[in-house]
Amino acid sequence: MNELPLALDLLIASLLVAGAFFALVGAFGLAKLSDFMKRLHGPTKATTLGVGFSLLASIAWFTWSGHSTWRELLVTLFVFITAPVSAHLLVKAALHSGSQARPPQVPERPKSPERPEA
Amino acid sequence: MITAAVLPFVAGAFGLALLFAVYRLVVGPAPVDRVLALDTMYVNAMALLIVVGIALGDAVYFEAALLIALFGFISTVAASRYLLRGSVVE
Repeated sequence: MNELPLALDLLIASLLVAGAFFALVGAFGLAKLSDFMKRLHGPTKATTLGVGFSLLASIAWFTWSGHSTWRELLVTLFVFITAPVSAHLLVKAALHSGSQARPPQVPERPKSPERPEA
Repeated sequence: MITAAVLPFVAGAFGLALLFAVYRLVVGPAPVDRVLALDTMYVNAMALLIVVGIALGDAVYFEAALLIALFGFISTVAASRYLLRGSVVE
């Protein structure tokens, strides 16, 4: 395989790094944040954007290397259409079971007595 | 080549994201959290497959990514419908 042009190489590498960064931030938010509605932000926005960036990188790569197809664009479109739909369904499920989702957060309150509204 | 040098770190970042999702899958208090963690896991696994496809220069990995996207979306919909209604198909 012959060498990538420098500009395309930089473009693909930066798209990949941006995608990995966004996916990592999204998954870190999923692991770190305290409430389900807060946790939902990470995967639905950041991780979708990260996958979109890596798909763009691979579109660029495979267009350059010759066997370009419409499948990459299909995966991108599919992810960007289905991520909000599944997030919406998850929110509906979380609201439906809201009373069961609450109790694990209640013990967190006494830890911060200096909070003004508490 | 910059891309070839960057690829292991990108794959490592996606793997770390998968580990975060596994942590939420194991710990996550509500069943909805676990479904969300599974959703994140399939999206990250898809991205990891795409990175592997770039690294190996093989377009076949896209078929697997497309399949994971399809089945992941359908399983998320089924699981959240089950949590919502108590049954998947009425």
